[in-house]
Amino acid sequence: MNDIKCECGHVNPYGTILCEKCGRLLDETQKDSKLIDMRYEGGARRSQTYNKTIVDKIWNFFSSVKIGIWLIVLVLAASAIGTILPQEMYIPKTMTAAEYYEETYGWFGKLYYLLGFHNLYSSWWYLALIAFLGMSLTIASIDRIVPLYRSLTKQKVERHEGFMKRQRIFGVSETDQTDTQDLKQRLEKQRYKVREENGSLLAEKGRFARWGPYVNHLGLILFLLGGMLRFVPGMYVDEILWIREGETKAIPGTDGKYFLKNDEFILEVYDKDDKDFSEAIERTGTVAKNYQSNVTLYEKDGETLPGEEVNLKKIKDAQIKVNIPLKHDHYALYQMDYKKDELNTMSFDLINKKTEESFGSMTVDLNDPKPKYDLKEGYSVELESYFPDFEFDDKGTPITKSKIPDNPAFVFTMYTPDKPKGETSFVAIKQTLEPLGENTYKLAFAGIETRNAAGLAVRKDMTLWLLFIGGGIFMIGVIQGSYWNHRRIWIQRRNGQMWLAGHTNKNWHGLKRDIEQVIKGTDIEEPVDQAQDEPSSKKGEVLNG
Amino acid sequence: MEKKQSKWALLAIWVTTIGFIAQIGYFITRWIASGHAPVSNLFEFTTFFGMMLVGAFIGIYYMYKTPVLGVFTLPVAILIIAYASMFPREISPLIPALQSDWLHIHVTTAAIGQSILAVSFAAGLIYLIKSVDQSKRSAKTFWLEAIMFFLICTVGFVLVSSGFKAMDYKAEFTWVDKSGQTAEMEYTMPALVGPHESKLETPDAFKPFFDLPPILSGRKANTVIWSLGAGIVLYGIYRLIFRKRAGALLQPLVKNVNLDLMDEISYRAVMIGFPVFTLGALIFAMIWAQIAWSRFWGWDPKEVWALVTWLFYAAFLHLRLSKGWQGEKSAWLAVIGFGIILFNLIVVNLVIKGLHSYA
Amino acid sequence: MNKKKRRLIMRTIILAVLALALVYTLYANFTKDSNQTIKKGDTAPDFALVDLDGNKHKLSDYKGQGIFLNFWATWCKPCEYEMPYMDNQYQHYKDQGVQILAVNVDESTLAVEKFVKRHNLTFPVAIDKGSQVLAAYGVDPLPTTFVIDKEGKVVDVLSGSLSEAAIQQHMESIKP
Repeated sequence: MNDIKCECGHVNPYGTILCEKCGRLLDETQKDSKLIDMRYEGGARRSQTYNKTIVDKIWNFFSSVKIGIWLIVLVLAASAIGTILPQEMYIPKTMTAAEYYEETYGWFGKLYYLLGFHNLYSSWWYLALIAFLGMSLTIASIDRIVPLYRSLTKQKVERHEGFMKRQRIFGVSETDQTDTQDLKQRLEKQRYKVREENGSLLAEKGRFARWGPYVNHLGLILFLLGGMLRFVPGMYVDEILWIREGETKAIPGTDGKYFLKNDEFILEVYDKDDKDFSEAIERTGTVAKNYQSNVTLYEKDGETLPGEEVNLKKIKDAQIKVNIPLKHDHYALYQMDYKKDELNTMSFDLINKKTEESFGSMTVDLNDPKPKYDLKEGYSVELESYFPDFEFDDKGTPITKSKIPDNPAFVFTMYTPDKPKGETSFVAIKQTLEPLGENTYKLAFAGIETRNAAGLAVRKDMTLWLLFIGGGIFMIGVIQGSYWNHRRIWIQRRNGQMWLAGHTNKNWHGLKRDIEQVIKGTDIEEPVDQAQDEPSSKKGEVLNG
Repeated sequence: MEKKQSKWALLAIWVTTIGFIAQIGYFITRWIASGHAPVSNLFEFTTFFGMMLVGAFIGIYYMYKTPVLGVFTLPVAILIIAYASMFPREISPLIPALQSDWLHIHVTTAAIGQSILAVSFAAGLIYLIKSVDQSKRSAKTFWLEAIMFFLICTVGFVLVSSGFKAMDYKAEFTWVDKSGQTAEMEYTMPALVGPHESKLETPDAFKPFFDLPPILSGRKANTVIWSLGAGIVLYGIYRLIFRKRAGALLQPLVKNVNLDLMDEISYRAVMIGFPVFTLGALIFAMIWAQIAWSRFWGWDPKEVWALVTWLFYAAFLHLRLSKGWQGEKSAWLAVIGFGIILFNLIVVNLVIKGLHSYA
Repeated sequence: MNKKKRRLIMRTIILAVLALALVYTLYANFTKDSNQTIKKGDTAPDFALVDLDGNKHKLSDYKGQGIFLNFWATWCKPCEYEMPYMDNQYQHYKDQGVQILAVNVDESTLAVEKFVKRHNLTFPVAIDKGSQVLAAYGVDPLPTTFVIDKEGKVVDVLSGSLSEAAIQQHMESIKP
C-alpha cells in the first residue's frame, strides 16, 4: 500500500494507472496494450485503495458501477412488474383487494396479490432498492470525483512518450519547422484553452463537461432526499374533502384552521353539434368540458375548541377547476371528483287515496329531517323512522347503509281528523308499504330537489422545493455532461518530429474536425485514429451513392 | 472537411426536408383547426412522433452526412405514421385534465426525446445488419430477423386494417364483460376470436372460432392475430422469392458503412435524446401531474414506463462508459431501448389501462 | 497511518448517515398506514360538544375523571351491538368517576334521537356537526373508542365492537 513515485518525480496514490502529472503508464500489466484506458484519467479510485475493514467492504460494494447498474436493472424490472395488473390504489373499492385480484384475474391475480405486487411501489423491498440506488449514487460519486479532480488539475503539458503513443488519435509528422505559436493561435480560434511548456502545447476545452455526471448525481440525491422528506410529519398532507353545494366544512389536514363553502358545482360538456368536434363526440359519446367548484374560503376567527360554534372570516371567493387549483398558505385544493344530483329534499302531498283530494304538502330535508310536519288544520305527519340509504337486511328489517341520502325511505304516521290514531305507511322510492293494514290516506310523491357534491383533494407538500431543486440540478448536470465534450490535444516536439495526440470523452468525430481545422495548411500530418487504423478524415464517407 | 455528397444523397435529403416541412404544415393547420396542439390522442401523438423522427434524422444527418442512416430511419418513420393513421383521425375535444399549456410542452418534448432516441435504434440496426455474420444461423441472426419480422407485421397491420376499412367491414357483437354486464363491441375486421360469451348481431358476418376470457379485449386481440397472420404471409412470400434472411438481403446495402461511425451516431443520439426525454417525459410530466392531478407522481402505468425507459437508457450510458459496452453490445441495447419506447406507445396505451387518455 | 484512519472515519460516518436514512424511510413507510392522529399515550385534544339534552360537555372539565369516548354512527352495526353494554356499564361506573361520552359522526338529529330512544341510552350522546372533533381525533374506522384517564391521557385506542367484559375492564382501568 505504498504511494507510487513516477520517473517525473510526482508521487501518485496507490492504485494509480497513469501518472497524474506526466501520464506515464504505471501499471505494468498494461504495458503491452495499444491504447490506454482513459477513464477517470487513470487515477486511483478510492475504493480500490483500501479493502481491509467491513466498512471498506460495504463502501466498495456501493462504489462499484457494476453494482449500480444491477440496482438500476432491478428497479427497472420491479417497476415494470408493477404495471402488469393495476395497483391496489386503482382498483374499485367495492370489494377487498384479495377478492378483486382473484375474481378478476384468476390464479395469476391471486399469485400477484400474494406476492404483494398489488402494492409494489410502497413495499419495503422496492423502497430499499431505491435507497440502495441512492447510496450507490452517493458513494460512487464521492469515490470518483476526488481522483478525477486531482488528475485534471495536476496534469502537465508535456506528457510521457508512452502516454502519447497510446492515445486513440495519434500522429507523428517528420518536421520540426512548425510554428507552435501559429498552432496555439489556431487552437485558440477553435476556443481551446492552451497551455505551453518548453515548446509543447496542451489544448483543452469543455473540461467542465467532466463534472456533469457528478452534478446530475447530486441532483438525483437531492431528489431522493426530497422524496424521503415526505415521511417527516407535517411535511405532507393528502386528504379528500367531499362537500355538497351549500355546505360549509372544515378543510381536513388544516387543524381546523380553514373552512370551505361550496357555492356551486358546475359540469359542462361539449356541444354535440360543435362543427369541429361533432364527429369525435358521435363516436365516443359525451365529452366533459369543465369541472368547476365555485367556493368561498374562510379562516377561523378566534380560538374555539373543536365542536364549538366557530366564527368565520372570509378570505376569498375562488373557482377551482381541473388544472387550476386553489392555493392558500401552502395548501392547495384540487378538483378531483364530483357527484351529480345527490338527493337533497323530497316533497309529498297528503291525499285521500280514493278522492285524490290533497290536504297539504310537505318537504323533507333529507340531511336534516324534522320529526313532525304540520299540514292543513287537523292534518299532520310524523316521521317515525328515516333510512337515508335504505335496504333490507337478512332478517327483512329496513336499515340504512350510510348517512348519504342515495335511496331514502321513511316510516310516516299520518294523523287526520277521521283517523286520530294515525295510519302508518312505509315510503321508499317507487314503493309504498302499509304494514299495519289498509290506509285511507297516503303520501303521494310530489318531487325532489337535488344538489351536486364536489370531491376536492387537499394537499400540502413542503417537499416540492427540494424536488424542484434536485430535478433542476439533475437537468443541468445531464445537459452539461451530454452536450459538451472534454477535448484535449497534445502537441510536442520530439527528436526533430512533431507529435500530436488527441483525446475526448465522447464525440470523436468533433475532435477530429477540430484537429483538421488546426493543422490545415501546416506541416503537420493528419493523425490516425488508432481504434480504426485509418486516417480519420475517411470517417464519415460511408455510402457511395 | 468538405465531404463530397453524391447527387442522389443531396436530392434525397432535399426531398426529405420538403416532406418534413409539409408535415410541419399539417401540424400547424391542425392546431389552428382544433384550437389545441394536435398531440391529444393516439393518432395525433404517434403522427407527431413519426414527424419528429424525420426531424431528428435531418438534424443528425447534417452532423454526420450519412445517407445510409436515412435509408433505415425514414421507412421506420413511414411505418409509424401509417400505424398512426389506423386510429380514429377526427379532431377530438379536450377533456378538462388536458386543458393546459403543459399538454403541448410535456407531450411534444417527450416525443422529441423519444424520436431522437429512435435514431439511435436506426444506427444500431445498421450496425447489426453489417456486423452480424449471416453465413450461419445463430442467436444473433434469429433476433435480427425477429426485428425485421416485427417491422413486416406492422406493414401487415396497416394493409389488413386499410383493406377492411376500404371494404367497410363491420360486425356487431354483444358480450359479457368482467363485471358480468352485457356490453356491445364493434369489430372492423372479421372476427377470428370473439369477446367473452359473444353473440354475433350482424347477419352474414364471419363467426369467431372461439371466445376469449373477459379480461382480454376481443377486438384488440383479434387485430393482433390478423396483423401477425398478415406478417407471416408477407414474410413467407418474401422468403419464397428471395430464399434468404431479410438481414442477409439488406447486408450488401450497408457494406461500405463504417461501423465505428454508426456506433458513434447511435451513442450520440442517445446523448442528445436522453436529456430531452428526461425533461419532457419526467420533469415536465411531474410538473403537470402536480397541477392537474395534485401529485407529481402516481405510479400510473404510463409514468412507470417512462421511468423504465429512463432507467434503461441510464443503464445503457453506464454500461458504455464504465463497462466498455461499445459496438455490437451497444447496438443491441439501442434496439432494446426502442423496443421499450414502442411498448410504452403501443402496449401501455392499448392494453394496460391508466390515466393517460389515449386508449 | 493517519490519513487512512481519517478516511475510515469519514466512510463510517457517511455510511451511518445513509443507513439511518434508509432505516427511517422504511420505518416511516411501515407505520404510515396506522398513523391515526391520536395514539396511545397522547394527550386527548380538548373539545366541547352539546348533547341531545342541551348540556355542554367540555373534555377539560372532566379532569379527575376517566372518560370513555366513543365515536359511532346509526348505520354502523358493530356500533349498535356495543351500545347496550356501554349503557349497562355506565350505570355501574357513573358514580365512580368514569364518564361515557358517545359522539355521533354528523348525522341528522332525527336519526340520532330515534336511535337513542330505541335503545334507551342513558349516557350523554352528542352530534359532531361539521365533524371537527372527528378530524381532531383522526377517527377511522367506526366504532372507535378512546379510553382517557383522569389526567387527560389516552390510555388506549379501541376500534371495532367491544364485548361487555372488555368495556368493563377498560372502564375499570381509568377509575380515578
